Amino acid sequence: MKEEIKLKSYPHKHLLGIEGLLPDSINFLLDLSQKYVIYLKDNGKKLNILKNKTCINLFFENSTRTRTSFDLAGKKLGADMLNISVASSSIKKGETLIDTAMTLNAMQPDLIVVRHHDAGAVKLLSEKVNCGVINAGDGPHEHPTQALLDALTILSRKKTISGLKIAICGDIMHSRVARSNIHLLNTLGAEVRVIGPATLIPKDIESLGVKVFYKMKDGLKDVDIIIMLRLQLERMSGSFVPSIREYFRFYGLNRDKLKYAQSDALILHPGPMNRGVEIDSELADDLDRSAIFEQVRMGVAVRMACLKALVKCN
Amino acid sequence: MNLKDPFNNRKQSPNYLLKNGFVIDPCKNKIEKKDILIKNKVIEAINKEISVDPNEFEIIDCNNLYISPGIVDMRVNLGEPGLEHKETIKSACMAAASGGVTSMICMPNTIPAIDQPAIIQSIQRKAREVALSKVFCTGCITRGHEGNEISELQLMHESGAVGFTDGNKSVANARVMKRALNYVKSFNGLIIQHAEEPELSAGGMVNEGEISTRMGLAGIPSYCEAMIVERDLWLVKDTECRYHVSHISTKETVEIIRNAKEKGIYVTCDTAPPYFLLNELSLENYRTFSKLSPSLRTEEDREKIVEGILDGTIDAIVSDHTPQDQDAKRLPFNQAEFGGVGLETLLPMILSLVKNKNLDLIRAISLVTKNPSEILGLDVGKLNIKSEADLMIFDLEKPWKIKPEKFYSKSKNSPFDSILVEGRNLMTFVRGRLVYKF
Repeated sequence: MKEEIKLKSYPHKHLLGIEGLLPDSINFLLDLSQKYVIYLKDNGKKLNILKNKTCINLFFENSTRTRTSFDLAGKKLGADMLNISVASSSIKKGETLIDTAMTLNAMQPDLIVVRHHDAGAVKLLSEKVNCGVINAGDGPHEHPTQALLDALTILSRKKTISGLKIAICGDIMHSRVARSNIHLLNTLGAEVRVIGPATLIPKDIESLGVKVFYKMKDGLKDVDIIIMLRLQLERMSGSFVPSIREYFRFYGLNRDKLKYAQSDALILHPGPMNRGVEIDSELADDLDRSAIFEQVRMGVAVRMACLKALVKCN
Repeated sequence: MNLKDPFNNRKQSPNYLLKNGFVIDPCKNKIEKKDILIKNKVIEAINKEISVDPNEFEIIDCNNLYISPGIVDMRVNLGEPGLEHKETIKSACMAAASGGVTSMICMPNTIPAIDQPAIIQSIQRKAREVALSKVFCTGCITRGHEGNEISELQLMHESGAVGFTDGNKSVANARVMKRALNYVKSFNGLIIQHAEEPELSAGGMVNEGEISTRMGLAGIPSYCEAMIVERDLWLVKDTECRYHVSHISTKETVEIIRNAKEKGIYVTCDTAPPYFLLNELSLENYRTFSKLSPSLRTEEDREKIVEGILDGTIDAIVSDHTPQDQDAKRLPFNQAEFGGVGLETLLPMILSLVKNKNLDLIRAISLVTKNPSEILGLDVGKLNIKSEADLMIFDLEKPWKIKPEKFYSKSKNSPFDSILVEGRNLMTFVRGRLVYKF
């Protein structure tokens, strides 16, 4: 094993994406997450590391798991969590993103977690506030904490990421999870492939350092990890793929297709799952092969680590 | 002239003698040190060492400065009527005068759209009152630029429309396009196309490729442009109408137009500074000032556009002035409007081709004066004796930094924000009047 220089702190003000992060920064967050995994397993009692700190969850898109996960992570660290969802805020009344940012900034929060439906919107908001900002998903651009929790899940089962063959399957084009995962897994030395119908593979994705496959049989050959992506309902019938049954037939993961991969290949899915669309229902529930619920647990630890790393403690 | 106000729109004007400037005459293809005599609005004489009675003429020393026809800008969005918070005829004319633009050809995407003669007359009346730049209108090819029915093309032509275009929209329907091309033939009208296949580009934000994939933005394939041009060329070949492609941005389009010209098809085209100076890397950090239509393309496209300018495939250069107020640009990238201002930066951008690409200075000036004027069939952009004196006097070397906050345009959305340039317009004459002095 080569000697690693360990960082003492996370070297950036924000966590807006994985692209551009050095392996040291990623490893710092993963190491810290690891500690919180153990802590959650041991007792999980509330800490007071972020006591008197205020974090705002600002979600312009509906989300259950990511928002709850950040909420829970913050509370475990003793922070005061504020949830703002767009449906009940003045954003619906026509306020611009920059005005929202300035208003929240005036309340002097210690951190803002943002999800927005437009790529780059979280970056724009981060430029207008004094505190740290975590991107909880910006359009099809990035979702860095999801990539971190996927990496943490892989590490817990496979001990390393370097050298693994990892396939990301499904709607790559509209997926921020795919982009963040590609950047992270590549940075840590994995061999990343994407598999999907050509209508859902974005142009020049190869330049991000992945191999493209259009057939599950070819793409899954010898892989150690399979990351299945959710296919949005509105893209199922006739626009990007002709029908659900056709999609499931060629790209849905079942036991037959799983045989192409390594015999101990692990299945990940960022959720929420469409059972019978991208993944066979019975397979999703097989805890030996599928780490889908483990991912959710890891999610809380990763978000605790990110909150801890980005909130300035005196 | 009031020193605090660089603009002058007084009706009375003295006569001028411009002494010792390097006179660029695109028609004679010459640069010579000469004097220009302006009397009663027109160029009275261009000669060596003209002497006059100093009581009768205001003498301007142009030593070391260049004098050329004022810029004829084929693609300007005025903002008036309907979008006065972005730009008014007055602010656009001020921006034009300071940039050396003496003739603006405005796009019909106003509110209401210029699809009938009355709006043309109203714009021209306002422009005459402002009296800082000449304003010519284009009319919509189709009613309300909706792409369905041809508008009153000949009535607009009679009222002064110099060409027809649906502005920032393509005429998507081939049948409608064919009829429009056929129809304007009877009065030798000019059809100007913004080439972009609308179905393929729908919802797109930037050029499709590595950058759009990395940024998670919907892409517009670059061949959307070439597809429409190729389709149109079939129609042009059939109808033999005058056809002009506006602000081309891709290597494929340059290639197609080059081939068509070799085959003798009547087609002309222009491009704008962002397409020969910038590429899609300017979109870094989701910079909305670089969100343009057409999109910024790859470096290879940019190089081919430069090649097209150098070998004469591209006939003209336009500012593609598209003012957007702050609220239309300070938004997440997807929500921000397209376009950038350009009237006040066009001259140094053209001159950059002279400095960096060895483009001949006379040819560079022709691209923004004589050529657009000839495409449009106008009597501007030249230095003919007894023609109205529309001139600019510029310093070829003067370095300056582009500071949009100093623009006269109401909008500051320049994709060239904060860059350093050389060459500056110092004085602008329109109809023999000194309308702007730096």
